[in-house]
Amino acid sequence: MCLAVPSRIIAIDGQNATIDTNGVKRRISLMLLADTGIGDYVIVHAGFAISRLDEASARETLALLAQAINPMPQEP
Amino acid sequence: MMVLDYACAFQDAGIAGHLVHRIAQAANNPIRIMEVCGTHTMALFRHGIRSLLPRTITMLSGPGCPVCVTEQTDIDRCIALARQKDVVVATFGDLMRVPGSTASLQMAKAAGADVRVVYSAMDAVNLARRQTGRIVAFLGIGFETTAPTVGGAILAAEQLDLPNFCVLSAHKTVPPALETLMAYPGTTIDGFLLPGHVSIISGVRAYRRWFGRCQIPSVVAGFEPIDLLQGILALVRQIQADAPALENAYGRAVTENGNTAAQEVLARVFEPVDARWRGMGTIANSGLAIRSAYARFDAARRFDLAVTPLPPTKGCICGDILTGVKTPRHCPLFGSTCTPATPVGPCMVSSEGTCAAYYSYHEQEGIRP
Ligand code: SF4
Repeated sequence: MCLAVPSRIIAIDGQNATIDTNGVKRRISLMLLADTGIGDYVIVHAGFAISRLDEASARETLALLAQAINPMPQEP
Repeated sequence: MMVLDYACAFQDAGIAGHLVHRIAQAANNPIRIMEVCGTHTMALFRHGIRSLLPRTITMLSGPGCPVCVTEQTDIDRCIALARQKDVVVATFGDLMRVPGSTASLQMAKAAGADVRVVYSAMDAVNLARRQTGRIVAFLGIGFETTAPTVGGAILAAEQLDLPNFCVLSAHKTVPPALETLMAYPGTTIDGFLLPGHVSIISGVRAYRRWFGRCQIPSVVAGFEPIDLLQGILALVRQIQADAPALENAYGRAVTENGNTAAQEVLARVFEPVDARWRGMGTIANSGLAIRSAYARFDAARRFDLAVTPLPPTKGCICGDILTGVKTPRHCPLFGSTCTPATPVGPCMVSSEGTCAAYYSYHEQEGIRP
């Protein structure tokens, strides 16, 4: 029921969208998530998009973790 | 900038290994962490995280599988609904094989009831549009994540002026259950891995009052290996330092305020009521009933679904498992009488159920049978 896998929006018509989840295409509702566009990654639950993934936040998390493994020399 | 591959990036073995190392360094004392969400339970097994954790850490699976926390009487009501004349019951597949007092929906279907599995509450609305002359009743079972999707379906039915669509609401909300859990006799929890998807809807702010009262280490986490490990590391650090905090380790999906559009749908269609949870009894304001303004879409108002409560199945300890008092290892029926093919309790039926997860991964984890 919970699709924890991020899905990409590939088409939008009105309140509905077509998403691609690892190659599987499906129609979902955008009723609970305004403000999305083609190419966005969303989390889908029971046929509804419920969250748009924030790419900046994702990159920040990954960068912090990567830095923890290979600490860069401090800039002067 | 290259498109970010979310799944791969958050499964990076190098980062995961580093986090596992940090966790092992930090977890000096025995620590009991409860993952509240059924999808977390599955993800922890699927990614093999449990076997990577140091022996000091015990992961407990909480009451986060919606089907599992649904009371036997509520299952009986679903079956009573399916047996009504001219009713088509639409449900998520997870519910089909959950045993009620005397039957399951699947057995009711085999005996002639019209029960159909749908993927979304919206599918049930579309079914009602095709099935004029019969009433399509959707079984609304789930948490804050699911309730707005069902609320959305009710609003769609209202817009279409559909006379033959209704919902039997047994939805529940997570924060009230957390408080009950902490006071539950026999349960010892040092920290909570809070559910990612519930939090997408409710936002971190939904936990603030509860956290203010309970002051227990709590971290919202996602579902990829790195999300889970990051969440666990944050919890271990809080617990070891005795510095409880409410943290969000799933920032790419969860915000402070959550999905306000979904919250509005939820608040418009539903109101809080006391609800019964399997194993935990009645918890004040932990359920969601359909508001009187939408009474015509409320199956509980449209049908007489009175059922006689019968004692739960003998030997099944689902209640103790959902509250973290016991694990499936303690259940004498686990793997013998009770298997995914012949489930005795709901925890063995749902793909998110703790017993089903233990059973699927028993070889990897070295659990009997
Ligand atoms: S193994 Fe089966 S009988 Fe035992 S607690 Fe789990 S679901 Fe219930």
